[in-house]
Amino acid sequence: MVQGTPPAAARPGVPTPAALAGAPKPAPAATSGPRGRVAAAPRTSGGAAVSTEQVTGAQSIVRSLEEIGVETIFGIPGGAILPLYDPLMDSARLRHILVRHEQGGGHAASGYAHATGKVGVTMATSGPGATNLVTPIADANIDSIPMVAITGQVAESLIGTDGFQEADIVGITMPITKHNYLVTDPAEIPRVLAEAFHIASTGRPGPVLVDIAKSAMQAATTFSWPQELQLPGYHPVTKPHTKQIKEAARLLAGARRPVLYVGGGTVRANASPELRRLADVSGAAVVTTLMARGVLPDTHPQNLGMPGMHGTVPAVAALQKADLVVALGARFDDRVTGQLSTFAPHATIVHADVDPAEIGKNRAVDVPIVGDMKEVLGDLVPELEREHAAHGKPDLAAWWHQIDDWRETYPLGFTEPTDGHLSPHAVIQRLGQLARPESIFVAGVGQHQMWAAQFIRYEHPRTWINSGGLGTMGFAVPAAMGAKVGQPDRDVWAVDGDGCFQMTNQELATCTINDIPIKVALINNSSLGMVRQWQSLFYDNRYSNTDLHTGRGTQRVPDFVKLADAYGAEGIRVEHASDVDAAIKRANEIDDRPVVVDFNVSRDAMVWPMVAAGVSNDEIQYARGISPAWDRED
Amino acid sequence: MSRHTLSVLVENKPGVLTRVAGLFARRAFNIHSLAVGPTEHDDISRITVVVDVEDNPLEQVTKQLNKLVHVLKIVELDQPTSVRRELMLVKVRADGANRTGVLEVVELFRAKVVDVVPDAVTVEATGNPEKLAALLAALEPYGVREIVKSGTLAIGRGSRSITDRALERVARTA
Repeated sequence: MVQGTPPAAARPGVPTPAALAGAPKPAPAATSGPRGRVAAAPRTSGGAAVSTEQVTGAQSIVRSLEEIGVETIFGIPGGAILPLYDPLMDSARLRHILVRHEQGGGHAASGYAHATGKVGVTMATSGPGATNLVTPIADANIDSIPMVAITGQVAESLIGTDGFQEADIVGITMPITKHNYLVTDPAEIPRVLAEAFHIASTGRPGPVLVDIAKSAMQAATTFSWPQELQLPGYHPVTKPHTKQIKEAARLLAGARRPVLYVGGGTVRANASPELRRLADVSGAAVVTTLMARGVLPDTHPQNLGMPGMHGTVPAVAALQKADLVVALGARFDDRVTGQLSTFAPHATIVHADVDPAEIGKNRAVDVPIVGDMKEVLGDLVPELEREHAAHGKPDLAAWWHQIDDWRETYPLGFTEPTDGHLSPHAVIQRLGQLARPESIFVAGVGQHQMWAAQFIRYEHPRTWINSGGLGTMGFAVPAAMGAKVGQPDRDVWAVDGDGCFQMTNQELATCTINDIPIKVALINNSSLGMVRQWQSLFYDNRYSNTDLHTGRGTQRVPDFVKLADAYGAEGIRVEHASDVDAAIKRANEIDDRPVVVDFNVSRDAMVWPMVAAGVSNDEIQYARGISPAWDRED
Repeated sequence: MSRHTLSVLVENKPGVLTRVAGLFARRAFNIHSLAVGPTEHDDISRITVVVDVEDNPLEQVTKQLNKLVHVLKIVELDQPTSVRRELMLVKVRADGANRTGVLEVVELFRAKVVDVVPDAVTVEATGNPEKLAALLAALEPYGVREIVKSGTLAIGRGSRSITDRALERVARTA
């Protein structure tokens, strides 16, 4: 069981499918429980009698969502989903937040899920409403975010006729969902929704789309709860094999240059305390990927920061020189490995993941471990302690001596720009330093995202939210909105770029109207900064179509301060370094409306370190033209 | 590259074949042949898929297929321990002059003639892929005009059934 409030198995004596699936092929004797036939118990009761109500299909959807424990839905109505919006109006338990664009609704559901661990829910109508969800669904799929998307579909009699606002959204989203459903029979609604939430939140989390025909919403049906799930082919493995855990512990106890390569799976599994324990017990170096920033505090002495294309030199170097890499809920993404054939060339690989298909997908593995990270780490720590008790702790002094040397020589840093504009690095660093504890930072995609991952110190899991796998520009504002709804007592900063912000800023209207006071730090370099950086480095400074004319000294189209004002948000412009702190403090104090701070930063600032795409991580550049001298001690 | 035969037991639900075929397409796995049909249980269909992959990607194929919610079980059927069959219908040019030759080949391969017209015969043959290839090679000189083949079907030798366990699961949820 990963997280959230899935509908399944609150009932005593009824094991969850996850609990039953202790091994890939359990012996029949182990399946005395009703495998794959788990009652979806209501949140509030344990084992209540089945209740039955005569309702419409639309009411059945509302009732199901209520019983599942959904609190918030981000959506927007339209023709095919209209029947659902009528009973939704009367529900006292469901809060529907009317977004301005379906993509915003989808990312808001993601941000909500990221920040809370619960399943995010989004709703849209058929056709264009549904296709506007494609981007957030693909984003949630690749970043393993638990999400349920409910779409209206044209009436059953019109399906397949190219009816008005008809799109085959089940076909369209098949490759980008964990699973999806088309419902034309209203009787199936409660069971399908119970299954959707169960699938979205268990095993490797992901998005599930439920497309419901308008005719099914309008028809009379019976609602009953709890529901029995009919998922004979779905049984995620969460409990790791003892033999593999023992082998991993043996390797960890014997390694001289061990690295824990920690990915987003540890965040999804709420395994932060267990991870910290493993770090402390093993003494190994730890790298936290873009999806895992904050899962181990940045102040932890063994945390080397982020690996990969824009990772720290110590993190990248540690992986390249490691004799053992223990991957925990990470997937050897190309942005981490660089050229795969030269990644961590000396390392034995232990790979633990809840998704068996990730193991060995990119890198051959010596010890595969299938399981939920909380369980894997929970089992691994005592096993490692046993190894230490029997054979003593390994001497890692030489390894740490080398790492500390890298840390001292190649710390994260930046140079002040010379063009009179603000340093984006400095602005982001101050954002982090001046933020209240447990503030949440949500990034868009590009340079500002990398700087926010590098220069803000994260001390808690789920305080760093971004679009990692898909790299979805426009993620920040709606995802920050969702995060703020999920964590209303915490400050939520969207760190956004001027390019990203122009893709989804319409959700500021949603924020203002619904009292969701997010803060937006606009790292405005007047261009598509990351693309421009690549044009500087690889395309001979030919800046094809990357100038956005939003910065200081340009036409300022749009003027972000006026735009903020138009949306009922506070707009603050910052052009001078001396005003940065005051602006951040003022933004931190505003709690009754959204704030947009337009930081006018230098467009020539670049993200360093950098490993160019497709080359070996050994070729990392600390800054332009500066490569670390790896083997000077050898 | 080597050829592998997978038997995939799936829930008999709409769209399952699309999910399986789509997965092969987007993961860039190469399907050689595909055959789908009902089993002895109404709720289970069986897909026999023949893929051309290395060993490691084959493991990926299996793992990715296993992630599909409607997939119940996957078994690789290797040649020595399984029976594999394809059905082929082939239209061969056969007039008075060479019909005897064609019929001789048909007889040798224990195939059947299912349609005759003055200038052609249509032959029905079943067998493993190697036998059908040999039959085609023998018919080739007479002039093959049209071929239609089924995907490979495969079943394990012996008394064990691969559907037993999958059946239990489905029966419990039915």
